[in-house]
Amino acid sequence: MSVTNYVTLEFPAVPENVEFARVAVACFASQINSFTLEEIDDVKLVVSEAISNTVLHSYDVSGGLVRLSAVRNGDTLTVIIEDFGKGIADVDQAKAPAFTTDPDRMGMGFTIMEALSDELRVSSVPGKGVKVEMRKSPHGAAKDSDEPEA
Amino acid sequence: MKTEVRVIGRVLVVGIWGELDLNTVPSFRSAVEEQLDANPDVIDILLMMSNVTFIDSSGLGVILGRHKRLNAHGGNVIVASPSLQARKALELSGLAGVIPICDTEDEAWAKARGV
Repeated sequence: MSVTNYVTLEFPAVPENVEFARVAVACFASQINSFTLEEIDDVKLVVSEAISNTVLHSYDVSGGLVRLSAVRNGDTLTVIIEDFGKGIADVDQAKAPAFTTDPDRMGMGFTIMEALSDELRVSSVPGKGVKVEMRKSPHGAAKDSDEPEA
Repeated sequence: MKTEVRVIGRVLVVGIWGELDLNTVPSFRSAVEEQLDANPDVIDILLMMSNVTFIDSSGLGVILGRHKRLNAHGGNVIVASPSLQARKALELSGLAGVIPICDTEDEAWAKARGV
């Protein structure tokens, strides 16, 4: 499979960059013409949730590094968001709905991300950081654009 | 993000324009909390969401937080005419099962009990 385009961005984990990140990925994703506007909105929501988690939870001090990569393989978009902070001791617990200690938060971030992605992988090494990888194709498009059409 | 608040009877009407996320929720929370503190008779919040162009779980969480505050005294947050993106986020998060979501502002006003 050939990579048809990619972009990598690095920026500090601060609230102002939540919007920047989702808009940047939305612009990149719009190169896949068969994405609907609703699907682009889905991508924005996944990115917003992932970056917000990083800003809120990954670093004790504001402004730690976030690396965001977006890759287009044909009609498949892969977005990878990495931080290099505290990490998550128990990823399964963190992904559970309504897992939050803050009364003003929903604890539904991972649930929303999973619902809107074709595939979502979350991995972490405590003390090393968290990596979130989401994959999404336009509705009805082949998962692997290199596969011959029927 | 822009917020407009006004009290009508015992209803706090909150209009939101733009994007509600981690960066913008503090000003939204402050604007609403200030009104609730100044108007302790308010029963319900009517949240006009037709002009919300984006909301994520940070925004949804702040709405839930205000609902918890009102609900402790029998009140509600009522969402009126959410945009498509906002409606999807409300439904995916499960918040739509907790607070009333109305298709129109008239329907939302009919649910508000403090008028």
